[in-house]
Formats: sequence, structure tokens, C-alpha cells
Amino acid sequence: MTENEAPHPASVKPYILVFVGLGILTGLTVFLSYLGLPRHTAILLAGLIALTKVTLIATFFMHLRFEKRAFVFLLLVALFFVTVLVASLIKDIGLIH
Amino acid sequence: MEHNSTGIPHGKLGMWIFLSSEIMLFGAFISAYIVLRMGSPNFGVPPEAIMGRPLATINTFVLITSSVTMVLALAAIQRDNTKQFAMFMVLTSLLGMTFLGIKGYEYHHKISEGLTISSGLFGSFYFTLTGLHALHMIGGLIFNAYVLINGLRGKFNSRHYERVEYAGLYWHFVDLVWVILFPVFYLI
Repeated sequence: MTENEAPHPASVKPYILVFVGLGILTGLTVFLSYLGLPRHTAILLAGLIALTKVTLIATFFMHLRFEKRAFVFLLLVALFFVTVLVASLIKDIGLIH
Repeated sequence: MEHNSTGIPHGKLGMWIFLSSEIMLFGAFISAYIVLRMGSPNFGVPPEAIMGRPLATINTFVLITSSVTMVLALAAIQRDNTKQFAMFMVLTSLLGMTFLGIKGYEYHHKISEGLTISSGLFGSFYFTLTGLHALHMIGGLIFNAYVLINGLRGKFNSRHYERVEYAGLYWHFVDLVWVILFPVFYLI
């Protein structure tokens, strides 16, 4: 059975497209890092690109797009507490400066 | 597929709960890193020559590629194509080993340049976090080997591929962690 004959419902095309997207975003973030942008802009852009890549991986490779909402909820709970962790520490950064 | 009254397979729920706890584990380390990097006057970031951005970029591509081969292995077994499944699983594991090999070379280079786990705040975080990530990679390689062996024994097909899927979820998560560690240590 070759790939072309198989009447598979789940096409592999989205995976390849996501892969190409991840590759382009990696290239872009490395390119931006060499431009010597202002620190805040550099952090913001690198953060946004990393977030986009993470979303792409979770949505397509980890199939969250097709999963029950319970899994997304579980993930959001963990992300919420990580945010709490970071946010609650921001005060300490302010104290040192 | 294995189902219960909630309509959610136990294994998949277990894997996602585990991954959520992993988010907290890495999240705790990364938030500590953010605080000390932004707050400590003693946070010296090593120069580009020691960090080696091009090699880390190559490693990022290696890991992304291993993620796509993993998902293609799952797609293959979902179409009952065991041969293609085995090929992609082997490819995934080889790419994972390549990543670890490059990482080992990087460690060697950094340690010989004087950047060690005890040389300063950056070194401590770098080796703790990338080391923890590398341990996860080794765990993933073992999981992948288990799935590959069982796949070759004919245990998986288009109706039973749960464990391939769970190994994939874990592998993609490890890739996902690297996607965050890469800019954190090498780009910013």
C-alpha cells in the first residue's frame, strides 16, 4: 500500500505545512537575534515567535485541535499557575532594581 | 480506541496530566531564571563565541524534524502501514540521538571554555535546564524504542495505536520545551 493509493482520512499535508512553518519561524527568530534590536523589542519578538511555535506544535502535532476540551482545560490550568508563578515573582524583580 | 464513561481514554488523560505537571516543573525553573536574570546584578551572560548560536540553531531544526517524523509515524500506523511506521520511528530516534550528540559536543565546548554548572548563575541555569531537557530526551528515546519494538511485533494497527500516540505526545512536549529554552538561552 503506497501513500497515494491509501484512502486515509487524516492527510499528512497539515503536518508538513506546520513543519515548514516551524522551520521558517526558527530561521526568523535567529535572524532577528542578529539584528541588535533594543532589548525589550528583542525579548518581545522572540517571545511571540516561541509562543506561535509552541501553539503550532500543541495544536497540530499534539492534536489538541481535534481533542476534547477537557485536555485544553487541563493545559490552561497548568499555564495559569505558571503565569501566577511568574507574575508573583515580578515584585521581587522590582525590589532589586 | 479504549474508552470509558467519560469518553476520554485513561492513557491519554494520564499523559496530559503528566505533561501538565511537567509544565509546572519547567515553569518553576524558567520563572526563577527570569527573576534572577532580570533582577540580579551578578547575572553574567557568556559571549556569543561560547554559546554557539549556529550549532544550537541546527539542533533546533533537528528536533523540529524529529517531531514531524514522529507525527508521520503515527499517521503511518493509523493507515496500517507498519513498514513506514517503523521507518519514521527509527528516523525520530536517530534525530533525537543527533540532538543529544550535538548537545554533548556543546557541553564539552562550554566546560572547556570555563562555563560550568558552578561557574555562575547563567551556567547553573543553563546546565540544569538543558540537562533536565536532555534527561527527558533520553526518556523519550526509551519510550520510542518500546513503541518501535512493539510495533514491529504487530501490536499496533489502525484500531490500536494508543501507545504510539502517547509516545508522540511526550516527544512533542520535549520538542516544545526546547522551543522555549532555545531563545531563552541563546537568542535573548
